[in-house]
Amino acid sequence: MHTSEFRPLDVERIRKDFPIFATEPPLAFLDNAASTQTPRPVVEAMDAYYDTYRSNIHRGIYRISEQATEEYERAREKVARLINAPRTRQIIFTRNTTESINLVAHSWGTANIRAGDEIVLTVMEHHSNLVPWQLLAQRTGAVLRFLEITDEGLLDFTQLRDLLTEKTKLVAMGHVSNVLGTINPIQSVIEAAHAVGAKVVVDAAQSVPHFHVDVQQLDCDFLAFSGHKMCGPTGIGVLYGQLELLEEMPPFLGGGSMIRAVERDVSTYADLPAKFEAGTPSIAEAIGLGHAADYITQANLAALHVHEQELLKYAHHRLKEIEGITIYGPSAPHQKAGVISFNIDGIHPHDVAGILDTHGVAIRAGHHCAQLLMKRFDVIATARASFYLYNTVEDVDRLYEGLCRAQKLMIRRR
Amino acid sequence: MNIYQEELLDHYENPSNYGTLPNPDISHEEDNPLCGDQIRMDLLIEDDKIKEVRFSGHGCTISQAAASMLTEMIEGKPLDEVKQITKDDILDMIGIPLGPVRIKCALLALKVLKAGAYGINCWPGEEDE
Repeated sequence: MHTSEFRPLDVERIRKDFPIFATEPPLAFLDNAASTQTPRPVVEAMDAYYDTYRSNIHRGIYRISEQATEEYERAREKVARLINAPRTRQIIFTRNTTESINLVAHSWGTANIRAGDEIVLTVMEHHSNLVPWQLLAQRTGAVLRFLEITDEGLLDFTQLRDLLTEKTKLVAMGHVSNVLGTINPIQSVIEAAHAVGAKVVVDAAQSVPHFHVDVQQLDCDFLAFSGHKMCGPTGIGVLYGQLELLEEMPPFLGGGSMIRAVERDVSTYADLPAKFEAGTPSIAEAIGLGHAADYITQANLAALHVHEQELLKYAHHRLKEIEGITIYGPSAPHQKAGVISFNIDGIHPHDVAGILDTHGVAIRAGHHCAQLLMKRFDVIATARASFYLYNTVEDVDRLYEGLCRAQKLMIRRR
Repeated sequence: MNIYQEELLDHYENPSNYGTLPNPDISHEEDNPLCGDQIRMDLLIEDDKIKEVRFSGHGCTISQAAASMLTEMIEGKPLDEVKQITKDDILDMIGIPLGPVRIKCALLALKVLKAGAYGINCWPGEEDE
């Protein structure tokens, strides 16, 4: 891409694709790290499937089933292009990031992890990239080791060299923290892990929707993300894997579609990607995800990232004015994706979110499925605002104003 | 109706029966793992009645105000009468509509009370499910 061709995001035009913002005043939706809104083109693509060619895939010998199969497989091609996967069959459709990671833990993990092997995680992992490894460790006798973080919410790399040894068989790590927004330098972790012969699983749920992720450049072994955090529907996720790993791995779920030939006691399995897609998949949702990939690509991921960085900088600037606020995570916006977690002295985050809700501002409050991180910062919960391509400076202003009102309401008599 | 109405805020800022009892007959504490709200209830029982009650803990406005209001409701009442308090009684007492997440905040105090006094270990309203 030539820098001269860079066009900023046309937010006004983008917002017209989202009927949820048509009210006056519009909803200030700032919970995008949890789930994003769905644009009309994605909904229309799914409607078209239901209205005009609804049928099962890979089996029907009739026109609309063939069309459904083609659209489902076209979605896989779109997703492969989005993350620059070398081959389309390296894209496995799952329900979500969580299922993708569980697939690796069960299939690759059970075949490759033995007692005494070590799995390296970080304390900023979402539970979806922690609990599957705890379960695997309990099944196999493997040991979990944790990379700590600094007070700024950055990975402590001085520790990495000691953690990675010939015992390390796997490193599982988030690309972007869903709480702190920290963009982890995973490429150097992947290099260091490969140097000791370990495989790397990247939880990309918070990165693929927000900037260009290139699996060949990263050279990761597995990468997982969800459709519903990138303008797609719920119920569809992706697992990317290195071809030779996916080919060697035993199936995860057994059933229809994933077999080649079935005998009474044994079966042989289908080639990739069908081997890992047992049963009728989420067809409409996969088609929707394909169109969501198109949507964010056409909006331009580079421009989207710049837009989020600008909102983040502005939000930092405004929120810092609030008395008694603590903002968690890196202070340098370039180390951080569009997520801002905070607490205000004397106000429980639930109350912060509850009061903002009465002003039409939707944020998240809680532990964000990252209890290790909450313990690390010695908090029970935080409030979190997170941005996407349709958010505006006005959304941030309304967040700020809502927080000022919350403060006035809750700390008025102290 | 605003979730942050005066009555709730008053209970939050100046809770009734806040604190602990030195020698309680019943003392029980629980938290709501979803949001970290935490409540402890101390009861002094005399003639099968709640002679004194104190609560302590931390959390959002709804959880703490509901606990404060519940202590006012049960003080001096017979134990078997208190046992009959339901989820709907608490929601009536709060007096504002609550979503599914914040209903748990409102019900935590009653859950702690019922677990401590009667060994009922489930969320109010989910007894028969």
